Amino acid sequence: MKTTQILIAGFGGQGVLFAGKFLAYKGLTEEQQVSWLPSYGPEMRGGTANCSVVISDTPVGSPIITNPDVLVAMNLPSLLKFVDAVVPGGQIFIDSTLIDAKVERTDVKVHYIPATQIAKDAGFATLSNMVLMGKVMKECDAVSYAGCKETLEAFIPAKKANLIDVNCQALQAGYDY
Amino acid sequence: MKTVFQKPKSLTDAPLHYCPGCPHGIIHRLVAEALDELGIEGKAIGVAPVGCAVMAYDYFACDMIEAAHGRAPAVATGIKRCRPENIVFTYQGDGDLASIGMAETVHSAARNENITVIFVNNAIYGMTGGQMAPTSLPGQVTQTSPYGRDVKHCGWPIRVSEMLATLEGPEYIARVAVNNVKNVNAAKKAIKKAFQNQIDGKGFSLVEVVSACPTNWGMTPQQALEWVESDMLPYYPIGVYKDRTEGAK
Amino acid sequence: MAERVLMKGNEAIAEAAIRAGCRHYFGYPITPQTEIAAYMAKKMPKIGGVFLQAESEVASINMVYGAAAAGMRVMTSSSSPGISLKAEGLSYIAGSDVPALVVNVQRGGPGLGGIQPSQSDYFQATKGGGHGDYRMIVLAPASVQEMASLTIKGFNLADKYLMTSMILADGTIGQMMEPISFEDAEIETYEKPWALTGTNCERKHNIVNSLYLQPDELEKKNFERYERYKIVEENEQMWEEYMMEDAEICVVAFGIASRVAKNAVVAARKEGIKAGLIRPITLWPFPKKAMEAAADKVKHFISVELSMGQMIEDVRLYSGCKKPVTLCNRCGGMIPSPDQVLESIRQAQKGAC
Repeated sequence: MKTTQILIAGFGGQGVLFAGKFLAYKGLTEEQQVSWLPSYGPEMRGGTANCSVVISDTPVGSPIITNPDVLVAMNLPSLLKFVDAVVPGGQIFIDSTLIDAKVERTDVKVHYIPATQIAKDAGFATLSNMVLMGKVMKECDAVSYAGCKETLEAFIPAKKANLIDVNCQALQAGYDY
Repeated sequence: MKTVFQKPKSLTDAPLHYCPGCPHGIIHRLVAEALDELGIEGKAIGVAPVGCAVMAYDYFACDMIEAAHGRAPAVATGIKRCRPENIVFTYQGDGDLASIGMAETVHSAARNENITVIFVNNAIYGMTGGQMAPTSLPGQVTQTSPYGRDVKHCGWPIRVSEMLATLEGPEYIARVAVNNVKNVNAAKKAIKKAFQNQIDGKGFSLVEVVSACPTNWGMTPQQALEWVESDMLPYYPIGVYKDRTEGAK
Repeated sequence: MAERVLMKGNEAIAEAAIRAGCRHYFGYPITPQTEIAAYMAKKMPKIGGVFLQAESEVASINMVYGAAAAGMRVMTSSSSPGISLKAEGLSYIAGSDVPALVVNVQRGGPGLGGIQPSQSDYFQATKGGGHGDYRMIVLAPASVQEMASLTIKGFNLADKYLMTSMILADGTIGQMMEPISFEDAEIETYEKPWALTGTNCERKHNIVNSLYLQPDELEKKNFERYERYKIVEENEQMWEEYMMEDAEICVVAFGIASRVAKNAVVAARKEGIKAGLIRPITLWPFPKKAMEAAADKVKHFISVELSMGQMIEDVRLYSGCKKPVTLCNRCGGMIPSPDQVLESIRQAQKGAC
């Protein structure tokens, strides 16, 4: 029985919800049990946004994550808000381009990824979210990295199909970092 | 023996409950005659209001539904959107249509909902015993304006036809009266047109019928009809306020 | 197996409704259920259906009333403050014995309240809301899959018993995405000889009406309606039991609260506490049979709710007050954590030993 609780948090507009959906879809294509729960309401526009993704080999109990196994922090307020909630032994992924702070906890594994810079340098400035997801997929075994393209093809609408390749590149950049 | 006069097929045999001298009976008949003459009785679905005409569902021989107070145009919208091939009409009073149901009235008109609305304006709440209506005249004495309607305190009566005619939406808005034979004949024509418009798919057609309420006005039927002429019609002039196809008159 | 797709709870309701044969939707925007209207607005015109945004919740429920009377499968959806406005129409629909489906994706109250998830419309849904003697079948989905399956079930039950089925969901289930498949959706159809179709001059007119000025007639009508409700109570109770076989502490929770409670039950079992869960799926009729059976077996009930404690009254009522019942709750848009529920279970265990 394996369940991974992933909390992705940042500003509205950083692709927090999309990144979470991608992981959930990836889990779905692997025949896993998944849930995706967004924070919703006015805060979605420009304020903080987060989403909870649960990926499990058994039916998902609560979709609400109190103590994540994995925290992806895309801005400082999100890191400060959730850093202490991560379970001991959990992992934290930080966009170090946007967050100067270091995590003081020693019972969690912390990855500092200059995701925004990587995305900018590679010419897909808006895809720091997917750079981070690439790294998450490398370090966690909640979902496998193989088959990302097929997953993106399955849930990106046909009229935006031109974005599939660039999303794959962003994932790869994060995976390789 | 030759039949020279008979009840329209679109009315049932149920005896009307209306007060002596109440024009609702005339207006019911005009609606029923229009349904008969247009041959749409079998397709018609009527929506009864809350108010004096609440039991109209027993009087019209077509399929009928009883709506909550003011909601008849919304109920009619629901029916018409499900059964566009049917002829859907509401029959409403002034409290129902112009007070509690004003939003439903305005928005069904704005949508040009393809329904027919018969709006009976007798300037009073009849069913509940004679309270002030949104169309009660300035100075009019009612149970809830015992010293006469004071416009400084409770505002001015609403001219529904004029107001709705300002909207882009509706096809046909007309005001008629039933206080004399000439006006009754004209009312019949307008009501029939309001149904014909629906048959032709033209959209929202409302006929405001200026009526009387001898009981709650505290008048004899004769006096009440005279008061329509002397007091009601100057404030609520007869006329076609909107006719998208033929132009207002 | 049918293909699994990821869908938001609100969208699952809309898609299920369409699959159940609903071609008429009347609504008014309110958070957190707007995805239902958006989905309908997109889909209905393409399949010959009608989506209409009404001028108010009051108008939309009355459009539903008209469409239901016309014999169509019809629905509306809203959230708590909007349901208060629809209460008038719900009463008329009940009084006229026509079928409809109404969705309440609950948010915190009272008043304008908030937009975060809540279960504080339990009383409104199960005990009335509108005026007069009437009931609604109240279905409480706990997953996106159930948002769909209970919507279809709700349409079937509404037509079968000529009453309103209410889907009592909450903001969390509405907004979350989970895998869902639409296999084996069983669509039942019922004759509607009472519907307004036009007489075609071939039959006596149909009247859809809730007015009975003679008190004996109105009483008779209500008696008849409650005979029908009795059949619903007997035949349509639905619930899920989890680890109840040997349970001493029985957690009762529905909707999103049941998901949290399930985690807590698992955690309690790890501590050696014999906890179990009864999840009512129908809130009316309440799963009386499950409660009566549990009342003789367990030592303690805990009602877990996103309210100040509303369902707890029914937990007490249907367990015959045989065992202690305690409340574990958050409200106003807050959700109890599994730890909070676990602590309640521990406390109950202490009391029960």
